[in-house]
Amino acid sequence: MAAKSVTLSTSGKVRRVAVVGGGLAGLMTTIKLCEAGVPVDLFSLVPVKRSHSVCAQGGINASVNTKGEGDSPQVHLEETVYGGDFLANQPPVKGMADAAPGIVFMLDRMGVPFNRTPEGLLDFRRFGGTLFHRTAFAGATTGQQLLYALDEQVRRFETIDFEDDKGRTIPGERMVRKFEFWDFLSLVQDDAGITRGVVVQDVKSMEIRAFPADAVCLATGGPGIVFGRSTNSVINTGTAASAVYQQGACYANGECIQVHPTAIPGADKLRLISESARGEGGRVWVPKDPKEQRRGRDVPEKDRDYFLEDKYPGYGNLVPRDIASRELFLKCFHQHAGVYNAKSGKNENEVYLDLTHLPKDALRKKLAGILEIYEKFVGEDPYENPMRVFPAVHYSMGGLWVDFEKGPDGGLVKGSPRNQSTNLEGLYAAGEVDYQYHGANRLGANSLLSCIYAGMVTGPAMATYRSNLSRSSWDMPSGLFEKAERREREKYEAILKMDGDENPYRIHEELGNMMLLDVTIERHNDKLDKVLANIEELDARTRKVGVTDTSGHSNQGTAFVRHLQNMLVLARVIAQGARNRDESRGAHFKPEFPERDDVNWQRTTMALHAKGGGAKGHDGINYVRELDYSLAGQKIHVTDAIDISLVKPRPRKYETAGAASAAATGDIKKTDDAKPATAAT
Amino acid sequence: MAKTITLKVQRQDSGDRPETKRWEEFAVEWHPRMNVISALMEIRKNPVTSSGKTVAPVVWESVCLEEVCGSCTMIVNGKVRQSCTALIDQLSPNGETVTLQPMSKFPLVRDLVVDRSRMFKDLKTVKAWIQLDGTHELGPGPRQSQENQEEAYPLSRCMTCGCCLEACPQVNEHSSFIGPAAINQVRLFNLHPSGKMHAGERLETIMGAGGIADCGKAQNCVEVCPKEIPLVDSIAVMGRETTKHLLFGWLLK
Repeated sequence: MAAKSVTLSTSGKVRRVAVVGGGLAGLMTTIKLCEAGVPVDLFSLVPVKRSHSVCAQGGINASVNTKGEGDSPQVHLEETVYGGDFLANQPPVKGMADAAPGIVFMLDRMGVPFNRTPEGLLDFRRFGGTLFHRTAFAGATTGQQLLYALDEQVRRFETIDFEDDKGRTIPGERMVRKFEFWDFLSLVQDDAGITRGVVVQDVKSMEIRAFPADAVCLATGGPGIVFGRSTNSVINTGTAASAVYQQGACYANGECIQVHPTAIPGADKLRLISESARGEGGRVWVPKDPKEQRRGRDVPEKDRDYFLEDKYPGYGNLVPRDIASRELFLKCFHQHAGVYNAKSGKNENEVYLDLTHLPKDALRKKLAGILEIYEKFVGEDPYENPMRVFPAVHYSMGGLWVDFEKGPDGGLVKGSPRNQSTNLEGLYAAGEVDYQYHGANRLGANSLLSCIYAGMVTGPAMATYRSNLSRSSWDMPSGLFEKAERREREKYEAILKMDGDENPYRIHEELGNMMLLDVTIERHNDKLDKVLANIEELDARTRKVGVTDTSGHSNQGTAFVRHLQNMLVLARVIAQGARNRDESRGAHFKPEFPERDDVNWQRTTMALHAKGGGAKGHDGINYVRELDYSLAGQKIHVTDAIDISLVKPRPRKYETAGAASAAATGDIKKTDDAKPATAAT
Repeated sequence: MAKTITLKVQRQDSGDRPETKRWEEFAVEWHPRMNVISALMEIRKNPVTSSGKTVAPVVWESVCLEEVCGSCTMIVNGKVRQSCTALIDQLSPNGETVTLQPMSKFPLVRDLVVDRSRMFKDLKTVKAWIQLDGTHELGPGPRQSQENQEEAYPLSRCMTCGCCLEACPQVNEHSSFIGPAAINQVRLFNLHPSGKMHAGERLETIMGAGGIADCGKAQNCVEVCPKEIPLVDSIAVMGRETTKHLLFGWLLK
């Protein structure tokens, strides 16, 4: 039986829910909750306006068909599923593709300064894995503009008072209470395993506090920092996902890590150069002569090797990221044909990404944001010189396992509490932290979309869950929350007391280098075995770190030790998942097993944490083929089988134009954009 | 011996403990493509000062490291800027010492971290949002000319980093001046076809004490803005709009 009032607990408290993470997914979830009348406590490690969504550059996909090419949500669905090498459940992807045009229109209404056509309509550009102009964009800082738009709407809800079910407002009780600079530590769970709130730490005062919540959404992004340097922001350690995994949440397809083909190497970060550079006509090449001495701009056309265009005439420079990254890796690592550096006398791990043949004015209007980054960090003018780039870890397709309820149209049942629910009752996940939409490889410009769509689904799902909840978390005994606080305080005190001689940042550097080398583009089982053994060694060394900062105020060092502990747990999930999956699918590539194996591996990797379950008593992983979980009194049984009810799996080939979609004719009209090699022929 | 870079960092344990304010020097081995952040990251791996004292790692704020999040603002060699784009080879071509200080116009938290929450509060004050009817499907948004988009887009890139407030002489402990960033937001939202419908309301938020009239026209803001937002133009445009609103706004009521 549901609680008496949907909005107030029996003891008269406002029944708030919690959203952790303030990127696109967290903010969209928050807005949907507020619109459903559910007040939210929003926690974020940094001011939400600085979340990692801000880094997204190229744009957001929606089949609006502005260019009259015959694009449709059906084609978007097919290309997304094909691009992901048939590892994604298809109903959520359909829901996303169908909702996409509405999402972009909503963002436009919120004031996102999208680029325009001469008629004043939204402009769209090309991206990888499709032949259509499907990507709406605001210069080359689309993620920033989208994040700001949602941030502004959430800020508006910070000024609006909560209203109970009788329509009475409670002055001063705002719809959104924002807690910025709070680090997620763990969930509060009751004896039945139901999520009752969150334990978080104020990273300034270091106060540890438990907050009750009738439901919790984790929207904490990906784990890119497990790989040391990546295109990710420094906050993307995956610590929150790891923490709930250790509390019993299932982690799915951890091995599916996207490596983006074009980034600028750097000492602190590998900075992304968006796929939109190629979408606007940029070409990838290396000199035909591996000892070419001339500068890139001086190498004549006949001496250039446009290796993507040659090998993939259908999609050219816009093949999906996993394929482009493998080809770049092949050129540089195996053929040693990267750009020659006369000073060092060796071929660098770099290829040219060339925009110099394109009109400067158009580049400025559409790509200034990324060209500025290149100019500032490399000190070369990309309007005049081909850029030098190399692949970098970019995105995790894998993440917390979440459920969905399929509707009669093949998409999702709107408002079903199963949508985006993890296997921990009352815990939802949305955004890069979930595993739902991209299979084994994500198409460019689908991430902003999946974040926002997941938020649009999660908000209503949590609202339904809250109304079905028989006892509000706000009526739970205070002892439950005090106990959770005590548990986390003890862990924190233990870190503060660590006085070994290891440095956590150096351990992290070693972890990153190892993961980067052996768990990215090419994976070999013997090397993965070594990585797994090394993870245990690093784990053991992490127990012996010394904390040189004992301050009770803004103590970043101790927080980092916690993040490192959690990163090691996820590193194990990623590497073991890769070790197990003996096939090649999307971003997961094993030269020993070069083919996709649908008979054995067309299924979701589902990992559960096994505390102390490893070979030598260290933590292990329990892989399961099915799972039972409960949701508001209902027992739900799920398996690792993939729902392929909408698009039948077939081999994935990008050599031929239009191969990614059966519905697409491949008969795309040439537009006025300069795209010599990528137009369909 | 490998080339080293000297970083001189102004530190303080917390805002309420001014007695802990001090300078510490660190020698860091040079590496290619080094920036202030990668130098600070090296210090974390070996938090020992030039005089051999083991200390707590330097505390600073950073997120994206590509000058789009606004986190890592500090004063580098006396100039306020984002520290991720502060390249060591440019700051110290001949091994000059690089100095790092926290911004001075915001309450200090610790070392290089300051509290910029007032800037986010100001975004509430000026109602920097579109009054959306809801996120349900309501069809396409209003059409906009390319010209309008090209005027709005540069304004929309403000990262709330605080550089303009730090550089503004009118922002100080004796004034309540809201500063250029928030005024620029009023211009941005008043440009949007639906934002325009509430233009007057927004203008009124910058017409009172601490509002646009407090600008002293020093023009430092536009000099330091890492995103080259035309802040002086925004203040001038909003100056005209507020005057118009003051004189004729009542006619529209």
